Amino acid sequence: MTEDSLIAGLAALAAEPPDGLLDRIAARWVSVPGPIGELSVAFTEQGVAYVHAGDGFARAHRERFGRPLLPAARPPAGLLPALRTGKPSGLRLDLRGASDFQRDVLEVVRTIPRGEVRPYAWVAARVGRPRAVRAVGTALGHNPVPLLIPCHRVTRSDGVPGDYVFGAAAKEGLLLAEGVDLDRLRRLAGERVFYLASDTTGVVCFPTCHNARRITPAHRHGFRSLAQARAAGYRPCRTCRPAQPDPV
Amino acid sequence: MSHSDCADPVRKALLDDLDEGFAELYAAHRSLVFSTALRLSGRRPDAEDLTAETFLRAYRALAGYERDRVAQLQPRAWVMTILMNVWRNCVRTRARKPPPDLPGEPVEVVDPHEGVEEAAVRRETGDELAGLLALLPEEQRAAVVLRHVVDLPVSEIATVLKIPQGTVKSHVSRGLKRLRALGGAR
Repeated sequence: MTEDSLIAGLAALAAEPPDGLLDRIAARWVSVPGPIGELSVAFTEQGVAYVHAGDGFARAHRERFGRPLLPAARPPAGLLPALRTGKPSGLRLDLRGASDFQRDVLEVVRTIPRGEVRPYAWVAARVGRPRAVRAVGTALGHNPVPLLIPCHRVTRSDGVPGDYVFGAAAKEGLLLAEGVDLDRLRRLAGERVFYLASDTTGVVCFPTCHNARRITPAHRHGFRSLAQARAAGYRPCRTCRPAQPDPV
Repeated sequence: MSHSDCADPVRKALLDDLDEGFAELYAAHRSLVFSTALRLSGRRPDAEDLTAETFLRAYRALAGYERDRVAQLQPRAWVMTILMNVWRNCVRTRARKPPPDLPGEPVEVVDPHEGVEEAAVRRETGDELAGLLALLPEEQRAAVVLRHVVDLPVSEIATVLKIPQGTVKSHVSRGLKRLRALGGAR
């Protein structure tokens, strides 16, 4: 090998990185309309990673993810329908920044249908940590993708919506817009009713379960605890799955 | 050298906006970083990992820098210094715990953008030479790659490798001599 051919051969070893490499490094962002106004949404090649309302999006994203943020040409597939319908609709999420516990909590909360609410204690029970009710609250407070994982549908058992990433008022507004009758929930809670049962089906539900909403007044029975409902011969609904420790 | 005057466009962009500046940094130096990573590691997947890690670390470092520090930055030498650190860490980790599926020879991963003819030409010359690079001691390989694959000036290589310029030159010339000997031996 001559000197020149060696040098030329080495120079020819330079190479371009593949086109998609930047998207392994940086997140992309778009601004989209949402049910509580304009939202900034960041996503990676794994899915939607961050939903932010109001100012300070870039700074908050940087502090939270430490990943460059570049503008996207268009929203990721499925984002707009998911925001419009309040249903997950197959949208991919990037939850790599979450702990195992937080991810479990978020996956459970993702299954709560639009127009329904569940207590914090139910989420704790569903992730196998029935005593970790406060930790569930904290995990939801750090939900990176509010609205897409509907943490606003987890409420206090007394019928008060409770805290929310975007503020308690926004939570109440979202639930009302989804058709949750908060006044009724508060009224029931005031009567110490946390479960509704039907004597035609023999099933006991959370009050916002679509099965519970179908019960006609003549056949509706309220219960303070699941144990009481069971003692009266009712079995827990297989849709809303209220099997959890009773509210204390 | 481009960074000896005050108008490095990447530095200017970084001072204006960290995220837009990062896009400039990537656009300006991605080929340099990737080529170096590819010829140091010898494997495309490793080169992609090294490049991604380098730019992520660069971003995270920049996010913590005061404005003054960014204003002093020589982006090219700085990002290449990060790459060399990432690569050394990677080599060290590999040495401690070799992955079970690591084959002895560099594997060719097909580049979908490369035409058949280009690939044929590269295979005749490039593959053999790339394979020989892997046989050089690390410091000689680094010096040869930085000097002759990506064409950095000796003074900048000295900064990146944190060694005197004379040492850079001797690593390069010993590396070339070894490559010639290895090439001739085939």
